[in-house]
Amino acid sequence: MITVKDLHKSFGDLEVLKGIDAKVDESEVVCVVGPSGSGKSTFLRCINLLEDITAGEITIDGDQLTDPNVNINEVRSQVGMVFQHFNLFPHKTVLENITLGPLKVKNLSENEAKDVALSLLEKVGLSDKADDYPDSLSGGQKQRVAIARSLAMNPKVMLFDEPTSALDPELVGDVLEVMKDLAEEGMTMVVVTHEMGFAKEVGDRVLFMDEGIIVEEGSPQQIFDDPQNSRTQSFLSKIL
Amino acid sequence: MIYTTFMESAYVQSLPFLIDGLKITVMITVIGLFFGMIIGSLAGLGKLSKNKIIRGFWSVYVEVVRGTPILAQALFLYYGVSEDLIGLNISSFNAGVIAIAVNAGAYIAEIVRGAVYSIDKGQHEAGRSMGLTENQTMRYIIWPQAFKRMIPPLGNQFIISLKDTSVFSVIVVHDVVFMAKEYYNTTFEIFETLVMVCLLYLCITVPTALYLNRLERKLDV
Repeated sequence: MITVKDLHKSFGDLEVLKGIDAKVDESEVVCVVGPSGSGKSTFLRCINLLEDITAGEITIDGDQLTDPNVNINEVRSQVGMVFQHFNLFPHKTVLENITLGPLKVKNLSENEAKDVALSLLEKVGLSDKADDYPDSLSGGQKQRVAIARSLAMNPKVMLFDEPTSALDPELVGDVLEVMKDLAEEGMTMVVVTHEMGFAKEVGDRVLFMDEGIIVEEGSPQQIFDDPQNSRTQSFLSKIL
Repeated sequence: MIYTTFMESAYVQSLPFLIDGLKITVMITVIGLFFGMIIGSLAGLGKLSKNKIIRGFWSVYVEVVRGTPILAQALFLYYGVSEDLIGLNISSFNAGVIAIAVNAGAYIAEIVRGAVYSIDKGQHEAGRSMGLTENQTMRYIIWPQAFKRMIPPLGNQFIISLKDTSVFSVIVVHDVVFMAKEYYNTTFEIFETLVMVCLLYLCITVPTALYLNRLERKLDV
């Protein structure tokens, strides 16, 4: 589904990604872990070109992102993105947040978009919040709305950028539950996370990144129970 | 006795003339700001453009306008450009409208730029990542939020532009100041007439400022 070849990304003189090779298969859940500053968020943001890439190739479902003939808006509409700080639109209701993409990008009718939105709100357990504004929601509710908003585009892949890092601990569970359901339904997911429990339980594969490269990758069992690389070992010993 | 004296003084007698002038003052301000808003939005967004030429063009415009006095701009537009350079006789009213539009446009550009710039980057990213184009993201996500933040400074600009129109008496705009001069040149009640001019300005600026204060709290910006 996603193929990344020798991806480099620099901000000015600072090289953040130093040659990433990765593959994500259909319906696979890949968790990206690593210390802060390791480049994992940048890596994720490159996958839908929120960051211009410096060198390398990214292919999503056959479309090579850097090919000038590829319509990047089209590709992005098929790649859902969930942000650490939710980035809901504060001037729109929950329902309007979710219907905006279907209405403007997929050109659905008002009614079709509303039906999609309401069924997604039900899925994330927030049917009663449709007409509320984001400001009146808790962090966990906001993030679930953000997930519903991404799902409304019916994406082939979902990217999660530390989706629970900005949440109070007691609100993390609801969001992880929604993500777990998605994984079980066969959604292809790339999740940058500090939730090692989630990575262990839901992840099919774990990538450990440090200093702009993928240091080690494998099944959650391999990475968490039997890490080979000394950097992985030292990282895990600090957080587990 | 006192009552009659008061009623016959310029405090009362000048009012019909001054109010005629005030109408012109307000009309020039409102129409000028309408066009100033269009110019200012283009300039403000232009200054945020990735295109160097567009950015440069609007930057020069903003700096030139902000770096020169409005009196000079009005004279330049009315006598310099329209009469001398292109020999087109536009009315002084229209020249006043253009001067306010061009002048306020530069300040509004900074208001627009600041407001748009102040919207969290994540809003833009959220829009683009769902497949909205740059223009759609601006139109549906950034602009509505930014516009709310522009309202208080735009109200402020209204007050400033309203007062700025007073210099247009030099290009023979029949605004409140021009009418006052006409009046006291025949009656010589200079003090009384000018007191009324100030009061008339205050009748508009003070309620506007008070309303803006309330609005600012209500909008929570």
